[in-house]
Amino acid sequence: MSKKDTKIHGLSLQVLPFSEVKDMTISERVKKILNLVLSNKIVILHGRLRAEEEARLIEDTMALVDHIKNFKGIELAVIEPDMRRENIFVKMRHGIAKRLIGDSAALTVIGPASVIKEIKRDPRKLELFFD
Amino acid sequence: MLKILRNFSRRILGNLFRRKQNIKLGFYGPPNAGKTSLANRICKDWTGEEIGVVSAIPHETRNVQFKEKVDIEYKGKSLTLKIVDTPGIATKIDYEEFLKFGLKKNEAKKRAKEATQGIIDSIKWLDDMDAVVVVLDASENPYSQVNITIIGNLVARKIPILIVANKIDLKKAEIKKVEAAFPEYDVVGISAKEGVNMEEFYESLFKLSKKV
Repeated sequence: MSKKDTKIHGLSLQVLPFSEVKDMTISERVKKILNLVLSNKIVILHGRLRAEEEARLIEDTMALVDHIKNFKGIELAVIEPDMRRENIFVKMRHGIAKRLIGDSAALTVIGPASVIKEIKRDPRKLELFFD
Repeated sequence: MLKILRNFSRRILGNLFRRKQNIKLGFYGPPNAGKTSLANRICKDWTGEEIGVVSAIPHETRNVQFKEKVDIEYKGKSLTLKIVDTPGIATKIDYEEFLKFGLKKNEAKKRAKEATQGIIDSIKWLDDMDAVVVVLDASENPYSQVNITIIGNLVARKIPILIVANKIDLKKAEIKKVEAAFPEYDVVGISAKEGVNMEEFYESLFKLSKKV
């Protein structure tokens, strides 16, 4: 990615349904996401990665920062419904759905740090700032 | 007779609860939150020596740093810690950011390269911790994904957590915001640099050690 390429003339968003990565190993999943990010796309993952997958994503990102010229890393944010105020039945329903089909109520945004300057996350909203 | 019994039970129970514990305590958090400042404060308080260098430039700590056998004696209780101060975890590293702090291009690039490796090392060390103090800057937005990822990984590994909202001496600091972001955890507001509220921190540290 050259500096010229990072100028925004339009945004490329790639929606990734959770079903597309559901059966992948951690390595495959992280590789798929990073390949999209390296092609300057902002990935919208329907669902969220597990905590250890997020850590792996950061590790692999850092390894790439070291090896790919002008790659500065990623911006990452997850937004999901706040279940703390919901009643026990809603929580249970959400928990069962999460086990069966993944955390489909969540959205994960992952983009190249050279395109997204910052993602401000509030419990209920995401704000993306571009370079 | 009553006095003898009382002394006996105090001695036995006292020995039980004053039992020294050797805990590997990690300091995790985003860059520039004050992990090394807090680790230094503890090490200085109990060993007289510091663990590492602090700086206003992010990613000053780029290697995992240790201090073995830090004996803490506080209000009749004692604890032996191995303190593990880790490099700040981030999702991006831009050497150009370091240029703003007056570093030369070569120095900045070297720092960036070391910082990326430091982040990888921090994550690898997660598995080795008995308990972790997550140090956050109370003047920054606590809802950053890095904070959530660190805490999520500790929870997944069943590692007990204490959250420290550092830099409460700053005007912008909002400890309530940190508490609201992580209501399931103990949050202690301190200033590691100024040594503010360290008593409450040590109380919380002993509480944390009981969860190990």
